[in-house]
Amino acid sequence: MQKFLFELNRDEDFQSRYLADRRAALAGFDLSDEEQRALSEPDIGLLFHIGVNGQILMHFAAFHSIEWQDYLQLMRDGLDAHGPVREGVYAVTGYEGVESHSARLTQIGELEEGDI
Amino acid sequence: MSLVFAGVCSHAPGIVGRADQADPAAKDRLYDAFADMRNRLEASEPDALIVVAAEHFANFFMNNMPSFAMGMADYYEGPIENPDWLGIQKTRIPGDKSLSERLIRKVMERSDVSYAEEWKFDHGIMVPLHFLTPSYKLPIIPANINCQGPPLAPLNRAWAFGQALREAADSVPERIALIGTGGISHWPATPDSGKINEEWDRRFLDEWSRCDKDAMLSYDDTQSYIDAGQGAFEIRTFMTISAATEGIEGTVHFYEPIPIFAVGCTIATINL
Ligand SMILES: [Fe+2]
Repeated sequence: MQKFLFELNRDEDFQSRYLADRRAALAGFDLSDEEQRALSEPDIGLLFHIGVNGQILMHFAAFHSIEWQDYLQLMRDGLDAHGPVREGVYAVTGYEGVESHSARLTQIGELEEGDI
Repeated sequence: MSLVFAGVCSHAPGIVGRADQADPAAKDRLYDAFADMRNRLEASEPDALIVVAAEHFANFFMNNMPSFAMGMADYYEGPIENPDWLGIQKTRIPGDKSLSERLIRKVMERSDVSYAEEWKFDHGIMVPLHFLTPSYKLPIIPANINCQGPPLAPLNRAWAFGQALREAADSVPERIALIGTGGISHWPATPDSGKINEEWDRRFLDEWSRCDKDAMLSYDDTQSYIDAGQGAFEIRTFMTISAATEGIEGTVHFYEPIPIFAVGCTIATINL
């Protein structure tokens, strides 16, 4: 499954064939029904849950013009629906989120400026 | 000739692709630091730039994964990513096959490096070039360390690769510039994207700037993964630059966590 995404991510001709007929582009790859469905829809959350390397998946989501926040949310939704990442190093460890993290950093910056 | 420039920088795709979503002041500080790095690079009047990157499956995959690879072509292409997403248009980047071959032959004396006559750049190289060689005139020699698909080469092998690169740079008449690109702590391309362990980053950068070889070689991937995420495997690229300039201190010109860019953004150069 990752092999398919690797080939797709780097090959513009393959991308055109995939866009023309997603199912047909999957032919020749060793894929389960679940994997075929996840790749052709595409179901970003399911792909992340199955264990697709995050970098490969990020490029695939970008290829589909999925907005950054939506892409992050699709991964979270996938984990909610299917459970934790099955394998690989791209797992989830818990994070406050970009918005509150950024707000905290801005606050620290302002406090430091105030000290001077 | 020898090495005329060495440094490290971040390469996260969001730095360009999500520039409009960042705190404008933080973004400007980073962009200014990149501009300063570009000035330093240009002032060194290099004939070619070796980029030690940690690519993300643009060329190398688990069917045939080299731990270390170098490009050997007269031109390259990139980015592989959707240009609108990355904020960088597809382009052709000059290489130098003859120089590559001479460098690779020398590197091979000390390090087992693979070579590639075809190479498509991803954000790992394109983001640095976007800032450092925006006119795409300077010939690029791409090098890659597998930091994505374990098993990964141990850190001491990355060190040896850096030493080999230095010997190779010293062996050619051209003026060689060298940069390493990667993240320090980060959890990119996961729902935790934006998480940064600033304390861990600052400690590593302190060791890096003092070229503390023992400290850098004592990192362990299992522990780094827990403390600093899978993105921290990319410290290999920073350490390669240390190895190529062993004994010389570096200066961290810029470090700042910018969560929407998913990394503690870093610009640093070796005091050659
Ligand atoms: Fe990276």
